[in-house]
Amino acid sequence: MYPITTAHYIALSAALLLIGTVGVLTRRNIVIILMSIELILNAVNINLVAFSQALHSLSGQVFAIFVITDAVAEAAVGLGILIALFRNKETVLADEVDLLKW
Amino acid sequence: MLTPELTQAISFYIFAAMVLAGGILTITRRNAVHSAMFLIVSLMGVAGLYLLQQAEFLFAVQIVLYIGGIMVLFLFVIMLVNLDQAAKEKQFSGQWAIALACVALVGAQVFWFLGKGGAPFKIAQPGILPAASALGNTEQLADVLFQEYLLPFEVASILLLVAVVGSVVMAKKRI
Repeated sequence: MYPITTAHYIALSAALLLIGTVGVLTRRNIVIILMSIELILNAVNINLVAFSQALHSLSGQVFAIFVITDAVAEAAVGLGILIALFRNKETVLADEVDLLKW
Repeated sequence: MLTPELTQAISFYIFAAMVLAGGILTITRRNAVHSAMFLIVSLMGVAGLYLLQQAEFLFAVQIVLYIGGIMVLFLFVIMLVNLDQAAKEKQFSGQWAIALACVALVGAQVFWFLGKGGAPFKIAQPGILPAASALGNTEQLADVLFQEYLLPFEVASILLLVAVVGSVVMAKKRI
């Protein structure tokens, strides 16, 4: 149980990643799918910081900063797409956007 | 006795419970605003874990950027987009089977690795705290970021510029 090791952080990060994956795969609301992607990126960050701590190298924390940058860019573009989609189709449900299906 | 290890373990389990409970509630709530609130709980748990691992700069970035920036963006979009209709409809698509299969596969792999892979990677040993440096975490991080990772840093700034222009173009009424 304790002391807390890197394996604890990896297990927590894996659990958070799987929660995010279930959210992306099962929810219909696009806003909540984007939130699940944020959960997945946070799981990645927990992993990076845990290994940075274990290996005494700050590169992991620098990569966590880059992952946060990507998360910001992804959220901004994703929410912009969502607004454009709502303006054109009046829906925020992912499976009602099926223009390319036949 | 409240030794430092015990304090660290108690804090870890409190923050881990925040992270996991917040995450599960985020993906199961019907109302998107409630989901956003529970996502904030989860992100604050992650921030606490950064603090527990002496990553003070990332702790501040997590609070300011994620909870202060991204979540406000989410809440603005939730208010711009009318979600009342969506809240009345079916919340889950019928993909439970494929989702559970993916989760079982990846979860089995990860936890098998954690069970077996401890020895070669030395992940099951408590980390040794680094010797106290005269520089704080932010100064050390700035040294690494602006010396070793200068080019990726500039690329990241271009990425942000493209994202800003892209999201403005997306949200404009007429292009």
